[in-house]
Amino acid sequence: MEKVLFIIFAVLAVGGALNILLQRNPLYSALSLIGTLASLSALYVMLRAQFIAAIQIVVYAGAIMVLFVFVIMLLNVPKEQPVIDKQKWLRYLAVPFASVILAEAFYVLRLIPSVTPPRVEGDQAVGTTWSIGTGLFTDYLLPFEVTSVLILMAVVGAMVLARREGD
Amino acid sequence: MVPLSWYLGLSALIFTIGAVGVFVKRNVITIFLCIELMLNAVNLTLVSLSSFFGDAGGQLFVFIVMTVAAAEAAVGLAIIISIFRNRESLNVDEVDQLKL
Repeated sequence: MEKVLFIIFAVLAVGGALNILLQRNPLYSALSLIGTLASLSALYVMLRAQFIAAIQIVVYAGAIMVLFVFVIMLLNVPKEQPVIDKQKWLRYLAVPFASVILAEAFYVLRLIPSVTPPRVEGDQAVGTTWSIGTGLFTDYLLPFEVTSVLILMAVVGAMVLARREGD
Repeated sequence: MVPLSWYLGLSALIFTIGAVGVFVKRNVITIFLCIELMLNAVNLTLVSLSSFFGDAGGQLFVFIVMTVAAAEAAVGLAIIISIFRNRESLNVDEVDQLKL
């Protein structure tokens, strides 16, 4: 049963990812990425990482992707412009590069042993909000605080970059 | 029970699709979406390893990766808006100078 669910969500995730590449309109690519993110969130639930699954929906699909869709609609770029053959030889270079990456991925896949380490059950569950929160405010307090500084920098940087000249 | 290698294989596949997208697409927004896809593939690896080995550290990493992704999206989209305002194009082949 779990394997069937995994296959369903894996196919949805990979299909959404491929659809990003196949669409010419970036808006459809963004919507397709939202589908992939939702499927990954379902996989996180199957891995018993409930908190990460909720954050994936709320922050990624909810906030980041809304930002993307907003910018795509703001810029109002209808479609990918027709291909300009400025550097034609790059196209022939792309195929070997892509096949090398694919071959590398499959090579690594074959090396992974199919053993499954025993799962920890009950009180030692790692995916709960309690365990994430405890870790975040004890062992990982410094990264947490640095993250807040990073977000402040991102807010200021985005305001400066997106401002019109002369404002 | 789904074996660990399935999750890692799915993650590798999604990462490869994202990497291929960065190579073949020309629209800067689509390239940005493919970068997000690669970040999510790595997140899947971290969550599955964390869950299988019973260590919450991996999921805390994912939390921080998501925060960095949010910051990156904000700054990156601001740069894209700025580029579009000056060049009227989102084709990466036409944006070949560091100045906006």
